[in-house]
Amino acid sequence: MGDDPGLMTVLLAMFAGAIRVSTPFLFVSLGEMLTEKSGRINLGLEGTLVFGAMSGYAISYHTGSPWLGVLVAGLCGSLFGALHGYLCKLPKVNDIAIGIAMMLFGTGLAFFFGKPYIQPSAPRLPSISFGTWSDHPAVRQALEINPLFLLGIALAIFLWWALKNTRYGLIIRTTGDSAPAALALGIHVDRVRLLSTMAGGFFAGIGGSFLSLYYPGSWTEGLSSGQGLMAVALVIFARWNPIYCFWAALLFGAAGALGPALQSIGISRGYHFFNAAPYILTLLIMIASTSPRRSLKGAPGELSITK
Amino acid sequence: MSLARTRPGATRAIGVETVGMTKIFGGLTALDDVSIRVASGSFHALLGENGAGKSTLVKCMMGFYQPTRGEMLVNDVQVDVPNPRAATALGIGMVYQHFTLVPSLTAAENLVIARVDTPAVIDWGKERTALNAFLETTPFRVPLDVPVSGLSAGEKQKLEILKQLYLDQRFLILDEPTSVLTPDEADEMLGLLHGMTKAGDLTILMITHKFREVTAYADDVTVLRRGRVVGSGRVEDLSIAEMSRMMIGETDIRESAARTAQPEKKLKLELAGLFADDDEELPAIEAISLKIHAGEILGIAGVSGNGQSELIEVLSGQRLLKDGRIFIDTRPYEPERRQMDRFKVFGFSEEPLRNVAVPRMSVAENMAFRTFDKSPISPFRGWLSPVPMRKKARGLIDAYRVKTPSTEEPIENLSGGNVQRAILARELSGDVDVLIVANPCFGLDFASVAEIRAQIIDQRNKGAAILLVSEDLDEILELADTVAVMSEGRITYQSPMARTDRATIGHAMAGHH
Ligand SMILES: Nc1ncnc2c1ncn2[C@@H]1O[C@H](COP(=O)(O)OP(=O)(O)OP(=O)(O)O)[C@@H](O)[C@H]1O
Ligand SMILES: [Mg+2]
Repeated sequence: MGDDPGLMTVLLAMFAGAIRVSTPFLFVSLGEMLTEKSGRINLGLEGTLVFGAMSGYAISYHTGSPWLGVLVAGLCGSLFGALHGYLCKLPKVNDIAIGIAMMLFGTGLAFFFGKPYIQPSAPRLPSISFGTWSDHPAVRQALEINPLFLLGIALAIFLWWALKNTRYGLIIRTTGDSAPAALALGIHVDRVRLLSTMAGGFFAGIGGSFLSLYYPGSWTEGLSSGQGLMAVALVIFARWNPIYCFWAALLFGAAGALGPALQSIGISRGYHFFNAAPYILTLLIMIASTSPRRSLKGAPGELSITK
Repeated sequence: MSLARTRPGATRAIGVETVGMTKIFGGLTALDDVSIRVASGSFHALLGENGAGKSTLVKCMMGFYQPTRGEMLVNDVQVDVPNPRAATALGIGMVYQHFTLVPSLTAAENLVIARVDTPAVIDWGKERTALNAFLETTPFRVPLDVPVSGLSAGEKQKLEILKQLYLDQRFLILDEPTSVLTPDEADEMLGLLHGMTKAGDLTILMITHKFREVTAYADDVTVLRRGRVVGSGRVEDLSIAEMSRMMIGETDIRESAARTAQPEKKLKLELAGLFADDDEELPAIEAISLKIHAGEILGIAGVSGNGQSELIEVLSGQRLLKDGRIFIDTRPYEPERRQMDRFKVFGFSEEPLRNVAVPRMSVAENMAFRTFDKSPISPFRGWLSPVPMRKKARGLIDAYRVKTPSTEEPIENLSGGNVQRAILARELSGDVDVLIVANPCFGLDFASVAEIRAQIIDQRNKGAAILLVSEDLDEILELADTVAVMSEGRITYQSPMARTDRATIGHAMAGHH
């Protein structure tokens, strides 16, 4: 296999990198998607992500169980979601402004509590080896896949199914598309949004724990590179469809893996440029997918940006 | 499942009665001791001028508002209705003035989610069979698998009613159900509902402004005025003149002034080859070219959804023009604030709360949209002075008889007709050279309709060039000097009013040209 080992290595590295980098994107974007489906935007997920990374790492360090860390990161995320959901239901409060405040609050809190955990090393999440059939070390390494990635795929498929085929799914879509209609049906709009934001926060927290417990795999203050914010763009690009969220996350992951993959075969020229690929992609996607002449197709009608 | 719940006995319809219903909003008594009795299996019409309290009464019956005093009886038993769910449980359902369907859900999803006992996991195969079986029992036909946003107004309204029937509601309240429908759609829908009341399946309480619908379909009528019941009786015992006298008392209806002949034909507004896209980036209007002279009303007739709203949006600067030019007095015109001011271009349209007003801003602020950046409201650049703003608003409120508790009331709390009047006051009080109006009388009582039409004729006589888009052919026939028909985004027919008639225009509207 492989007449051109250089290209092969890059492709394999891109593949492995895409999976690794996309996992937090996937979780955060699914969380954001769910929140937006209920009619609110939570820009605070960036803060939730960072706090999830810190709390997951801390719990893993103290208990020795990275999976407990993932769970606690998710729970912390729901707490942030609950705070966002609660504040937004107060009169004259704007969800975007609260989101920005929550983002700063979450990161600030994470840095404050996270100081003692920068040095020590905590047990990390294991991965599953799907490459044992191959005797090629690069292939084997590329097929070391974290269970959270698989969980993310399952979650995407589940959300896609549940939004169409369950009562709660229809209730969330109703609330997000027309609050008056939801009220007329006797749905408690604020409660649905609170719970959706909490669930969204849970996913974002898990996404954060992946950062600190698997890849890059340690807690530092510069851990997140804006995944929480880019997820907002990603959800728009994915047209609020969980399955598309998965593909979009993979695309962002691949873009993010481009720089390191090229570096792995010694191409380091333009490294910083390639590292900026996800941001450039975000920008291009926003330009391409929005237009003043066209309404955002598929956007929940209650979102403050579309109203 | 709700539809399997058939009650034995001859009639399934229920009767509802209110006793001494009173509702006070702050300082305003919207309902004053209202007692009405709607017998089971009857078709009852509720009439009243704009702001009479009709919507407030039915919202109290539905548990949307809690009445300040008064009680409600269902089949002669006193009931409590703390919220809309409670009303639903009693078998009382309502179709609101605006749609309450969820636009992105399909018709089937809208129906299933409306049920009280929606299963946690929905088995669509089973539901679909049940839905089809249910549809067989009703006279209405609606596509089930298209998102509601893709349905026509008539289909949406039918779906609203289907939803209530699906929930097994046996007392239906309809708040101006036909205002969004064409006359044919309205007749079809009301005819079917009328049949169901005759069969004893349904009781209907319908709010309407159209006497034609009352005389054709209703059994009984109650008239509200300023929150009180001022008359009621069997429809067959009452004439339209008697009903309208009950509605507005002895006040005179304003008659439109006679059309004055315009001395010279001076070209005022010219649309030259306008093209624009809709929200899906598909062509919405194509090659629209029209000339309107000073002192002329050009009426554009057409079935709604043929590009009229896009044309209005282009002319009011809400939609980008893809190609073409607009000229006023042969000079190029761009619909932006400064030029609107310079060329004295004004306009208003249906659903003002969505299109031309900011719902949560006060009446005074909404009335100042054209003038807030000019003296006296803005004595210096960038300053806003509330006292002259309120004073001006008070003047306009008096002159146009807008019913509002104060100048500071959020405009969304006004009744539908009064929002329309407030906007009209803003747009017509100055010097008008060009006026662009779309369905100006949508949802208004007959006195307001006469008033607004008279205002439009006045502007015409004063020499304004008026573009009137209306789905109501009668309105076009009454007001226009020249008529044009819009179909599939193009002007397909144009003629001076004197040289055409209703049948010809109707023919063109139906797409034969
Ligand atoms: N939520 C509210 N707060 C304050 N005032 C209100 C509110 N709702 C209605 N009103 C007032 O109560 C009065 C009756 O309004 P209502 O909407 O019942 O009129 P209506 O008869 O339905 O008129 P229309 O034919 O224009 O729809 C109006 O003067 C309106 O301004
Ligand atoms: Mg009303």
